[in-house]
Amino acid sequence: MVSTLKKTVLATLATSAFTSSVLAVDIIAIDGSSTVYPITEAVAEEFQKETGIKVTVGVSGTGGGFKKFCRGETVISDASRPIKDKEAKACSEAGISFIEIPVAFDALTVVVNKGNDWAKEMSPAELKKMWGPDAQGKIKNWNQIREGFPNQPLKLYGPGADSGTFDYFTEAIIEKSKSIRGDFTASEDDNVLVQGVAGDKGGIGYFGLAYYVENKDKLDAVKIKNKEGKFIEPSIETVMDGSYNPLSRPLFIYLNAAKAAFDPKVKKFVEFYLKNAGKLSKEVGYVPFSKAEYDAINAHYKSLKTGTAFKDGPAIGLSVKEILDKATD
Amino acid sequence: MAINDQNIKDLNAIRKLIKQHKKNDSIFAGVGLFVIATLAVALLVLFLDLVIDGYPKMNLDFFSNFPSRKAEGAGILSAWVGSSLVLIVTFFVAVPMGVAAGIYLEEYAKKGWFADLIEINVANLAGVPSIIYGLLALGLFVYEFGLGQSILTAGLTLSLLMLPIVIVSTREAIRAIPVHIREAAYAVGATKWQVTLHHVLQYAMGGVLTGIIIGMARAIGETAPVITIGALTFIAFLPPSPVTDVVPFINFAWLDAGFTVLPIQMFNWISRPEHAFHINAAATGAVIIILTLLMNGIAIKLRYNIRKKIKW
Repeated sequence: MVSTLKKTVLATLATSAFTSSVLAVDIIAIDGSSTVYPITEAVAEEFQKETGIKVTVGVSGTGGGFKKFCRGETVISDASRPIKDKEAKACSEAGISFIEIPVAFDALTVVVNKGNDWAKEMSPAELKKMWGPDAQGKIKNWNQIREGFPNQPLKLYGPGADSGTFDYFTEAIIEKSKSIRGDFTASEDDNVLVQGVAGDKGGIGYFGLAYYVENKDKLDAVKIKNKEGKFIEPSIETVMDGSYNPLSRPLFIYLNAAKAAFDPKVKKFVEFYLKNAGKLSKEVGYVPFSKAEYDAINAHYKSLKTGTAFKDGPAIGLSVKEILDKATD
Repeated sequence: MAINDQNIKDLNAIRKLIKQHKKNDSIFAGVGLFVIATLAVALLVLFLDLVIDGYPKMNLDFFSNFPSRKAEGAGILSAWVGSSLVLIVTFFVAVPMGVAAGIYLEEYAKKGWFADLIEINVANLAGVPSIIYGLLALGLFVYEFGLGQSILTAGLTLSLLMLPIVIVSTREAIRAIPVHIREAAYAVGATKWQVTLHHVLQYAMGGVLTGIIIGMARAIGETAPVITIGALTFIAFLPPSPVTDVVPFINFAWLDAGFTVLPIQMFNWISRPEHAFHINAAATGAVIIILTLLMNGIAIKLRYNIRKKIKW
């Protein structure tokens, strides 16, 4: 046992010495959102296996990632929300221009307890009534939400204020970023939210689709009324055909434009990313764009058009085409 | 007769008092035992829970694989190598500095307001939350000194965290050495340095080692400061090897390399949606606890051996 362990250690040391002498030390450094991390991790893993080019991925959160990105420490930044005006300014002051690349959809999923047999379908207005800042201290029971809902204490579970999921939910439902009631159970760990709702008959919460898919046996997803007035269940199909709105949001990577244009390794990586994002994002629990959309994104990248589509603040329900077309510095 | 009666009465009162005190004694012993047993059981339950959850992953592949999106194939190779290299740096920075500072404060420093100031500061440092060290290190090591998000930075950061523990335990160990040992050495003409090196440090070594290993055990589980200075989560290659096949056979390029550590992998896996990743997290947690227990075990064994050798 000891000798095999020793051999493994020696072998790994030997291989590491070998590989480091063969390859240049140039490493593609990526950092940013924990939500986008699984996709980038999957791409980095496959890319490194195929090309041998080294990639590292950190998880500093979207905001922390942009800080590093605008200091030139990373060439790509994972982001679960569009870049903010302040962050874009910091970038341009440092002389770094960026290309905004949407990579996949995440569907925010509203979930309730398995024992909840009344709230199978809800409208954004009802969610707003439930989560809005005006509800604080007042809306405490399901029967206050809709006529016919039972007398059952309402328990809310949601991500904390540092999360991009939180930002998007407030923008889509409350229609004002970061505006929400203060008296709900917040956690940055979505698994904690899963447990909270699963153990509480009057519980309701929201998080990314992947956490619902893995916990279908413990939770039920609520159908959400879309723009067209239909109640739609979140799934890969309904997000892809656009019927699950307004709670599906795009995830992004931001490329350092100079590096993406001139560094052959970065170029190769981005091309690999866009070629495989569909398959790999699905594999890790997100919703891919259509083939045509990835082609459009690839063309956008090739044209090296810099800037963001969200210069005037957050926007809900933009299609991939709109995001690409609206990009301005 | 009357006097005798009085005596017997007193004796009874004294007996009663003694009985009461003995009862207090056993009550305290009982409470103490209960508290220790509760703590030990709590730790044991947590540990067993981790081991049972993580058992399916406890194999050689787990230690020789890189992180992966596929939970079954994901391992902690880059994490345990990273943790080890960071701890090596921490050891070689914190131990010489900590022991030297402890000796200086105890043996050489003049007692006065300056020594008091240092003492208060060291005691305070031991209680500072680790994230503060991380922020300090981000400003100082990463940006001011330009060391980057490297193994060196992480090692230095954790050595700051460990330094007060080493200093305090060194001083305690030195204080425990009887004065007559020193006096005997001075009497045969030893200089202060000789006394310190040949006697004080030798006899204090048991206590110093304990401090070192407790400090290292704290450092291995730290997440917050390492994340703050920019440790990575996905890194599927190892730093340059410290040992090479060309003269002089060692290189220091690894100090400059990016890295990840065990607690970060655990943190990443526990927040993933797939249950299979939670098993990986449990296995990583068990590995960290086993490493900590192992280090504490080594400390106890070393201390025992050293104390056995000393005869006063």
